Parts: sequence; C-alpha cells; structure tokens
Amino acid sequence: MSAATLTAPPAPAVYTVPDAAYERAFAAIAARAGEPAVLRQLRRSAFAQLQQRGFPTSKHEEYRQTNLAAVLQRSAFALPERPGAATLREAERAAQPGAAFGGPQLTFVDGHFTPELSRLNSLPAGVRAGGLLSANDAGDDRLARLGELADIGGENTLAAFNTAFFGDGAWVEIAPGAQVDAQIEIVHLATGGAGVPTMAHPRQLILAGRGSRAKVVETYLSLNGAAHLTNAVTEIFVAENAELEHARLQQENTAACHISAVHSRQAADSRLRLHALTFGGALTRNDVVTVLNGPGAEALLNGLYVAEGRQHVDNHTVLDHAEPRGASREYYRGILDGQATTAFRGRILVRPDAQHTDAVQSDKNLLLSSDCTANADPQLEIRADDVRCTHGATFGQIDEEALFYLRSRGVGAEMARHLLIFAFAAEALGRLNPSPLRTRLETELFSRWTGLTPPEGAEASGG
Amino acid sequence: MANPLLKIEDLHAAVQGKEILRGIDLAVGAGEVHAIMGPNGSGKSTLAGVLAGRDSYAVTAGRVTYAGQDLLEMAPEDRASAGVFLAFQYPVEIPGVGNLYFLRAALNAQRRQRGEEELDAADFLQLAKKRMRLLEMDDTLTRRAVNEGFSGGEKKRNEIFQMAMLEPKLAILDETDSGLDIDALKIVAQGVNALRDAQRAMLVITHYQRLLNYIVPDYVHVLSAGRIVKSGGKELALELEEKGYGWLEPEAAAV
Ligand SMILES: Nc1ncnc2c1ncn2[C@@H]1O[C@H](COP(=O)(O)OP(=O)(O)O)[C@@H](O)[C@H]1O
Ligand SMILES: [Mg+2]
Repeated sequence: MSAATLTAPPAPAVYTVPDAAYERAFAAIAARAGEPAVLRQLRRSAFAQLQQRGFPTSKHEEYRQTNLAAVLQRSAFALPERPGAATLREAERAAQPGAAFGGPQLTFVDGHFTPELSRLNSLPAGVRAGGLLSANDAGDDRLARLGELADIGGENTLAAFNTAFFGDGAWVEIAPGAQVDAQIEIVHLATGGAGVPTMAHPRQLILAGRGSRAKVVETYLSLNGAAHLTNAVTEIFVAENAELEHARLQQENTAACHISAVHSRQAADSRLRLHALTFGGALTRNDVVTVLNGPGAEALLNGLYVAEGRQHVDNHTVLDHAEPRGASREYYRGILDGQATTAFRGRILVRPDAQHTDAVQSDKNLLLSSDCTANADPQLEIRADDVRCTHGATFGQIDEEALFYLRSRGVGAEMARHLLIFAFAAEALGRLNPSPLRTRLETELFSRWTGLTPPEGAEASGG
Repeated sequence: MANPLLKIEDLHAAVQGKEILRGIDLAVGAGEVHAIMGPNGSGKSTLAGVLAGRDSYAVTAGRVTYAGQDLLEMAPEDRASAGVFLAFQYPVEIPGVGNLYFLRAALNAQRRQRGEEELDAADFLQLAKKRMRLLEMDDTLTRRAVNEGFSGGEKKRNEIFQMAMLEPKLAILDETDSGLDIDALKIVAQGVNALRDAQRAMLVITHYQRLLNYIVPDYVHVLSAGRIVKSGGKELALELEEKGYGWLEPEAAAV
C-alpha cells in the first residue's frame, strides 16, 4: 500500500456557498409585505437550504458536465423590479409569438406576472389560470402544493434557489373532464436590466384534473442581447386518465444562463407528453423528472437541442416507473455546430412494482462541425424482472447517401444539406401534436437552415 | 449512331483501390432502351452510380459524354437538371422530408437550372395526381416522408413515380424489379412504358429476364467482372434466362 492511499485526498468541493449578495437580496424578499405565512415559511427554509449547501460545482456527480457554481457564484444578479411603462411597451412586442396564437396567455416580465400583457379574460371552459401568488381565488390550496415534487430539502439546491426567490408563478388548473383545445401559453420575458445581469425564477404549477385534456406551452425569451439568468421550476400533476401536452421552448439570447427543472407526477392511465426544446442560452441546464405513479401511465419525453457557436446544453432526465404497465418513450435529438458542447443523461428507473414496464430511450446527435462535442450517458436501473427497456445513443454527420439521393434528383448540394438538417429537427417537431406552436417552429427552423419560407401545412416534413 | 445521347468509352472505376469497372464501352441513342444484365457483383450498380455522380467511386480512366457534355465533370444535381435520372437499387429513407415537398423542390430546382418557370403548388399537385394514378400510388404514401417506412415494393414504385414527375432524358433503372411481386412489376413496367418515347433513353439494369417481358429492350448487354462481355437484341435476355451467366464467363476471361 502506498503512502498516498493512507491519507484521503481532501474532499472536492461539491457545492459552493452563495455569495453574501444573495443574502441581501433574500432579506428584501423576506421583508416583502402581504405574502401568506405558508409561503414565507417555505421561502425561509428554501434559502436556509441554499445557504447551507450552496450551488453545485462540476465535482457534483450530477453536474460534471456543467459547472453551475461557476456561473451562480458571481456576486451580483439583480432582481429587477416590476417593469415600468416603457419596458412594458417593448415587452409587448417581444411577447408576441405567444400572443399570435390567440389563446389564453400568462405573461411574466423578469419573473413578475404582468396582467397587462396577459390574456385571461376569456379562459376556455374548465380552465382556471393566473398568477400563482396574485390570483384571487378564495379557498384555493395551491400554495400548499408548491414543492411537493420539486423538493427543496435534498440535493437539488436549484429548486431551493427558485423557491426562495421566485417573484410570481403561473398557475394553470384544468377541471376534471375538461377538453381544452386552445393552447395555454405561459411567456417569460427577461429584460436584461441595465449593466448588471438580472435573474428571474419562473415558477409553474400545472394541475390536470381527472380525464381532462389540455396543452400548455412555456416560452422563454430575452428582450435584448444582455446576459441574464433564468432558473425555472415547473411542477405538473396529471390525474387519472388525463392527457396533458406540455412544451418548454427556450429561445433566450445566447448570453443567457438558463436552468430549468420540470417535475411531473402521473396517476393511473394518464398520458403526458413533455417537449424540451432548446435553442437559446449560452449555458442551458434542463432537468426533467417524471414519475409514472399509477398503473398504465404513459409518458413521452421529446427533446430537441440546437447549439452552435460556444453554446452549451445539458439535459438530465429521470423516468421513474413506479407502478405496473407504464410506457415511456424518450427521444432526445441534438444538432451541434461550431464549438458547441452538449450532454445528455437519461436515467430510467424501474421500481420493483413496475412490472410490464415498456421503456424506450434514444439520444441522437447530428454533428455539423469537427469542433463540437456531444456526450450521452444512459443509466438504466431495472429492479423489476418483466420489463422491456431499450436505449441507444448515436453521434453522426449528415448521411452521405441521403445527400446523394437528394442531389441526384436535382436539389443543389447546399440546399440538400440544409434540408437534411431541417429533417433531423423536423422528426422531433413531428412528435408534438399538431398545434400553432408546431407550425411556428417548423416554419422557423425551415427558414433557419434553408433560408426559404416553407409550404403550408406539414408538407415540408411529411408529417 | 452519329451522336448518341450517352457515350461511354473505356470507362474504368475503382472503389477503395479495387477496380470494379474495367473498360466499359456503350452508346445509347435517344429513344432506345438498353438492358444491362449480369450476375451479382459484376458492377451494374457501380456503373449506374458513376453515371449519376455518386462520389464514392473513383473514375480511373475513360470518358462519358452525355448530350455532348462531359458527364463526369458535372455535379450530381447538374446531371439531374440535364436530364439524368437514377432509380436507386436501394432507395434512401429520409425521415423529416415530405415526399411531395422534396419532389417539388427537386423539380423546381431543375427547372430553375434549365431557365424554365417554376411550377406553383396547384400545378405541381395536379401533375402529381396524374402520375400517381399512372402508378396506382396511394395518396397516403406520397404524403409521408421520403420512403419512410415504405415496403421494398413501395420504394421501387416511388422511384418510378419520381421519374414520371421529373421526366428525364436518360433514365437508369437499377434493379427496379427486385422486391416487386408480379402485380407491382406490371404496374411499374406500365409506368415505365408510358414514358417511353423517341426522345427518352433508358438503361434498364436487371439481374433477371422477367422485367424484360414487360419492358422490352432494344438491346441487351451482359456485364461480367466489370466489362460488357456480350451484346445482342432482346433474344439475348431469353438465352441468359435459359443458360444462366456461367457460359459467358470463359468469354469474359478471354477478353
Ligand atoms: N462501397 C463499396 N465498397 C467496397 N466495395 C464495393 C462498394 N460498392 C461496390 N463494391 C464492390 O464492387 C463490386 C460490384 O458491385 P456492384 O456494382 O454493386 O455490383 P452489382 O450491382 O452488379 O451487383 C462488388 O464486388 C462489390 O462488393
Ligand atoms: Mg446492384
């Protein structure tokens, strides 16, 4: 035995303690008048947890690819005030993508619920929605549900960070049996502040009642190119036999740091379709934790990340099969160019009771440059014996044979290449149910690569 | 033939240093249908690929003249615009690109290249419907992504549908008959025959004589180990059917 092994090396710093600036910022929040006692208490324990543990560094097993502490440990992220009239006017234009769909919309500017830019006056039957803290719904116990899934006591100090600091959140509740066709929009806009990077901690609580059907879209945007931090938490409860489609669209600027966590819990025979669509951000870290908590639940996790330049995108997912006969389909796709780096970690947990689980996971990456790097790390933990579980990851360039096929029909080399890049993304978009969002994204991505306006409908992608 | 549409002279091509085509000479005039037969591995697909511009082959010697131009100098898309069409032996699945969208993009790219006016969506659709009827193609098939999840036979039929849409001057059909049952074969042959005219030349590559009952060639050539070892009229195909390829091997060796 060598001497080196006799003394343990100093424990690497898995967390770093937040800077004192956060303490001052929190003091201002704690002093805020009018918050219900239950929330004050929650915030206090969240901040205590954050202070005690701190932000995860790349020494932390779950953050090896993404050192969040290096970004978060900086001394000053400003918590902006409610936007003034001038900012609102600017914000109104920027928040248009959602508004263009014409359905109900909740708009948040720098984390503040902004009724002036929201559209809640004609909510579809069976939908209740509003600011989590500001909605004036007597007898509602929604605050008590905060943190039920996004635990603030454990390893996940980012949920604690969010809970301590969130301004207001979005609350969407679908009544049992309600069949809602309109897409419910939640738009988060960061104004970037003046000079000092700002932070916002968007929060969502989505409750889909028994047998209901609905679509919710969260969109994240930046008003300008200024650096800012978003640390979002979404909690989703899907009751028995309900069907919920939830898309998270991240289109922030390429200076932003975007951290998100989506936690969901599904009851028996429910169907949840979760889409994680990442286009913006200098650094993005998305966590999805889905618990199939009733027999026969089905979950789709559909991810698309497009990263170029020096963008970094890290997706971590946990699919927790807790009950029998669950089916999960997880498809993540990345398109990387420039010096982009991405990481995917997909954990599938099949608990002893979850017999007849059927789980499929795949992560496919299209590498457009020689300097980009994609990582995939599937983790299967199977504790039941009668299950079907497959996984795979691929990293590849544009398919030469497909390129030749297109060119042999007369499509120019450059266009053929762009069509194939679009096609790679279109497969992911094709997993969204037909919706205004899907159409808009198909249009945006088609033009992004081909420089053309696509034909109407899904003709371009054959969907 | 004074000015054949396609003239191949002493064509040699290699893959990864291995010579596959070892001196091909062939002239195809407008309006003619030539069948190229030969055992597996004799170089039929290699020849087709070299003509269409697949860049995994290295042409090591020889010339190919198409409509007076040096074909080997042209990019695959320029060959297509100039009227060369290859029906692939193994058509490629391209998930995420709609069949009809792709065809319209291809057709209009060719038309632009030729200085012709582009087809608008309505005219294109009308043409597509007509051609779909010709090949008894299902609407649901053409609305899907390119070849995605198509059966072998559906893919082959889609190749001929594309050919019917693009109306090439020189169509090269690489084993379009393989994977087709007899009914599908008849439909495909009928589609091909409908496109036969005095301007259009065809190179029909097949392993079996069966297809040539329906697409009757003007000439038949036998390819063996990278060379054309025998040429004749349509009766040569029947002879091959009867005797197999074995009797040609010594002749191949003697060349
Ligand atoms: N990409 C390739 N790499 C290596 N060998 C190849 C490749 N393509 C074809 N070949 C070889 O070239 C020869 C001719 O192939 P091919 O042209 O496909 O024949 P055919 O179409 O007549 O069956 C075969 O021996 C085949 O193995
Ligand atoms: Mg072949």
